[in-house]
Amino acid sequence: MNTALSSAGAASLAGPGENPAVRALRRRHHFRWWEALPWILALAYYFAFPDYLSFGADLLIATLFALSLDLALGYAGIVTLGHAAFFGAGAYTVGMLAYYEVWNEPITSLILGASSAAAVGCLSGLVLLRTSGITLLMLTLCTMALLEQAANMGHAYTGGFDGLPSLTIAPVFGIFEFNPLYANTQFLFSLGVLFSCFIFVRSLVYSPFGQSLTGIRENALRMHAVGSPVRRRLVLCYTISAALAGVAGGLWAQTNAYVNLSALDLDRAATVLIVLILGGYGRLYGAFIGAVVYLALEHFLAQLYPTAWQLGLGLLLVAISLFARNGILGLGEALWRRYRAERKSP
Amino acid sequence: MSEIRLETQALSRRFGALMALQEIDFQLAAGARHALIGPNGAGKTTFVNVLTGVLPPTHGRVLLAGRDITETAQAERVKLGIARTFQINRLFRGLSVLENVCIAVAERVGVARSMFYPTGWHTDVIDESMSLLQTLKLAEAASHRVSELPYGRQRLVELAIAIGLKPEILLLDEPAAGVPSAESHIILDAIERLPEHIAVLIIEHDMDVVFRFAKRVTVMVGGAVFAEGTPKEIESNPMVREVYLGQGAQWTGHA
Repeated sequence: MNTALSSAGAASLAGPGENPAVRALRRRHHFRWWEALPWILALAYYFAFPDYLSFGADLLIATLFALSLDLALGYAGIVTLGHAAFFGAGAYTVGMLAYYEVWNEPITSLILGASSAAAVGCLSGLVLLRTSGITLLMLTLCTMALLEQAANMGHAYTGGFDGLPSLTIAPVFGIFEFNPLYANTQFLFSLGVLFSCFIFVRSLVYSPFGQSLTGIRENALRMHAVGSPVRRRLVLCYTISAALAGVAGGLWAQTNAYVNLSALDLDRAATVLIVLILGGYGRLYGAFIGAVVYLALEHFLAQLYPTAWQLGLGLLLVAISLFARNGILGLGEALWRRYRAERKSP
Repeated sequence: MSEIRLETQALSRRFGALMALQEIDFQLAAGARHALIGPNGAGKTTFVNVLTGVLPPTHGRVLLAGRDITETAQAERVKLGIARTFQINRLFRGLSVLENVCIAVAERVGVARSMFYPTGWHTDVIDESMSLLQTLKLAEAASHRVSELPYGRQRLVELAIAIGLKPEILLLDEPAAGVPSAESHIILDAIERLPEHIAVLIIEHDMDVVFRFAKRVTVMVGGAVFAEGTPKEIESNPMVREVYLGQGAQWTGHA
């Protein structure tokens, strides 16, 4: 602490531009070398495991879904247990358009899915975001349950409990066949969508808008007192987050070639929350690590102990919430910082 | 007397059966150094909350430079130039000191809604925040998380956020509360160095501070204005002395 203070003090003598805090803030949005790693690994996976590409696509979709939740929960501090509402809205939009042969071009379908999810997010957000804490948690859960029941009861259009099977999706760019038999197309398409969405979210969180969301998370009352339109910002953030979840849902419908009620249920909402908490929220890359760890655990534990695999997951979650509140990524950061501190002062 | 910046007319606020504020007529002049004193529970913080729009009044009006802002939302009042600090720190605890100030400056300048232009490229916001921290002697701590700072420094960040809003009117709710007396002079120095045109209303318990800083003093008791005048008048007012001496407080009084 003392050494850090004195070195910072020496730097501040050289003018405001040289202060480490100013330097850090000016460079915060710069890309670091390790940020290429997830994408290199994803491409490596593509070549290394050609037989597991549909599992890979699931992984990318889970990452995108968790990333959308990270924006709302990790950055703006909106506590939600109903994020599958938007995943489902996107999935059913894409699914119904394809099933009734209205529209099945994959990219524009995703945009339509995102728009309908954004509409659900904006309308529910306008009402829900007047509350906070447990009330908000329960209301998000209720919104999702209402949508799920609507999808169940509107079985004439949504297929109800059975869902809508065997969707036909048009080839990507009119060239690359898009169905579960062409897992390589699906994987690369999902990777492209995830990458575009990630760049969008990344620039958002490093913008002044993103900084104001962090401010709302840290102290909403103070944000009011610095003149910030807190509710408008929250609704906007919630809408964007919903749109991204809608993209994830649409992609899920496209790659599976079906939609059913599981897109909207509590299981999915809880899973994405677990993924994000496992990886570390409010950290952009927590979604990636969480999705990999969760799906890998699900895959391998289910092979080892088909009946009780969730026990292993539960134990891991207990360990995370007791010893690493900031998830696996937060734990990594803390270890890295300690390593650097020890190297500095031998 | 110079131009009135902020005025209340018969301002009242009721909490159930409790009249927290009773018919308060109050005027804050441009460039004022005005202290609001009174025993605990007198309604001082409630008064600030009604002025800033955190609480609506039960009846009465708040006027800003003659304009009725009684119905104006809190965030709007900030845009109109009313800033405040809190008696209990309300900071962005997980963020760095510099970011705490940047958030306020970005809101004031109007860039906070910008979505795709990184914070790091808004050098005007960052540089302004940093030079504000330098004037408050917080530059060395700029990269520290607020939660890691000693309490006295945190109080200074509380002040920095409010000053970063470049207010016309600054309401300070016990700015040195809870700060060890060895450190409190840092905060008081900062308050004394505030630009002269800002109208400052300070709630304070320490009479030394009040008499050193204020040119005008309002005494509140039981939600009503009990007395108002220059520090000398207040000090020599036997009724005020009684209220305070009754509370066991000490006048050291060097006005």
